[in-house]
Amino acid sequence: MLSLTPEDIQAILLSLKVALTATLLSLPLGFATAWLIVFRPLRGKMLLEVLVNLPLTLPPVVIGYFLLLLLGRNGWAGKFLDAWGMHLVFTWKAAVIASATVGFPLLVRSIRLGMESIDRQLIQASRSLGASWLDTLLTVVLPLSVRGILAGSSLMFARSLGEFGATIIVAGNIPGLTQTIPLAIYDYASSPSSTMMALSLCIVSVVISVSVLFMHEMLGRNLERKESL
Amino acid sequence: MKLQIDVIKTQGNFTLQAAAAVEGQRIGIFGQSGCGKSTLVHLVSGLLQPDRDEIAIDGETLFSSAKNISLPPEQRRIAIVFQQAMLFPHLGVKANLLYGYKRCRTANRRIDPAAIIDVLQLEPLLKRGVNRLSGGEKQRVALGRAVLSNPRLLLMDEPLSALDDALRFQIIPYLKSVSAEFGIPYLFISHSVLEMQLMTDRILVMKDGKVTEETTPDQLARNRMAASQTGYLNLLHLHRPSMENGLYSYPWGTGNLLVSDGIAEKTSLFELSSRDIILFKQHPEAISARNLLECTVMELFRSDGRVGVVLSTFGEKLIAEIVRSAADELDITEGSTIFAAIKASSFRRLD
Repeated sequence: MLSLTPEDIQAILLSLKVALTATLLSLPLGFATAWLIVFRPLRGKMLLEVLVNLPLTLPPVVIGYFLLLLLGRNGWAGKFLDAWGMHLVFTWKAAVIASATVGFPLLVRSIRLGMESIDRQLIQASRSLGASWLDTLLTVVLPLSVRGILAGSSLMFARSLGEFGATIIVAGNIPGLTQTIPLAIYDYASSPSSTMMALSLCIVSVVISVSVLFMHEMLGRNLERKESL
Repeated sequence: MKLQIDVIKTQGNFTLQAAAAVEGQRIGIFGQSGCGKSTLVHLVSGLLQPDRDEIAIDGETLFSSAKNISLPPEQRRIAIVFQQAMLFPHLGVKANLLYGYKRCRTANRRIDPAAIIDVLQLEPLLKRGVNRLSGGEKQRVALGRAVLSNPRLLLMDEPLSALDDALRFQIIPYLKSVSAEFGIPYLFISHSVLEMQLMTDRILVMKDGKVTEETTPDQLARNRMAASQTGYLNLLHLHRPSMENGLYSYPWGTGNLLVSDGIAEKTSLFELSSRDIILFKQHPEAISARNLLECTVMELFRSDGRVGVVLSTFGEKLIAEIVRSAADELDITEGSTIFAAIKASSFRRLD
């Protein structure tokens, strides 16, 4: 029933690779950003929040276009990378950057929710017991944010799997190279004879998404069980 | 321990302006909620920065705006016992206990985990998760965790407020014995006169962000006798009662007290309100109250509209409270003899 061509399988693997890389790369930065917003008395905190959340409201195509301007040969970051012999645009790495940018607000939002539920007195207790702020961050804040981190990662991973607008502009739609599942479906959908092919990839998409959500739920329950011991 | 504070801190429309120098092992900070007690705790522990001036313990400056010194909390070696136990929920009892100990320099480790586990009777709790502990057990673990960080000072920020009465008086002996046994001075913060009487030797009284007086627990209780709902609370440690007509007869000084709510073969702490002592000028022939004590008036003191009468009987001391007109009618003067009647049910057992 499922008919997948070798290109389709490549697209599936690439999608997973892009989503996973984007999520893993964003995690440390997302954690640090959430920590800044929740625990640091910052001037201009509102500006930071607006910036972090901006990709959530901007059309992904706009984000993709900005990234293209930024990373392209004449772009500010592109020139810098060029000097190091790196070309990101129209490679799978560009797809990673597109996914990371679009999913970042979701990641920060979830981690932040987790951090906000941490009692400040736990942090004060840790400090007064001799832990420096970094020690406290690693031994109290991080373990108590695990649920938020988990939720944020699943959301971001799922969002990355579905990334289309920004990716097609900055990474293109090159089969076997930068074509992810949504881009492949887009290709199939534009020719009437490929309905079955498109549907197959759609089913794969649904299966992956459902698996991610299931895994998230299961890990969450595991944590809950551990805590009640 | 000698604590010197001279700080100013403004938060919103509240300003704390506290200056005090106090010496002792068991220092109380007394005041109603909102008077700035907690702000003071945060300033001393370093969790909050004063706007200016100085904080020093035993001559070491922890904070000084003039000398530009501000030790971070982790370097102050001041542990806090909070109102809620604040145990780390992701760690077990043992890991919680050792959290501060592991971070304490080897040279400063004077207190052995085994000793504290013994004193606080924590052995049966060690294998349990912290979410499976009762309120009193949690507070014991929190106390052990604070002490094991080998602090030079313990800050107890209303550590008993979240516990019910029965538990509160079970925890007090632990708080006292830990400090005494390991020689750690403490600041005990509370709005309860009774807790001040039980836990402290010297007290700083705070009101509206200022330290208004330095006093002793007894003086504090006397001053607040008239205003308090319970009057002055006489505290009596009584032990080894015998039974007498269904009542417990406790030896007290050179005599005995009859108490209805005692426990055999155990030392118990009782409170007796100054308002539950009835004074007679002459020996009444027969009364229902089971304790009739012949007393000498040692001292009289005023507390708002009331008169406190310090009585000496059986070589012990009690404080009774009467209104001024009663004092005039009874013609009580220092040195006069008077009879005090106390019902056996007026002694309230605390632990």
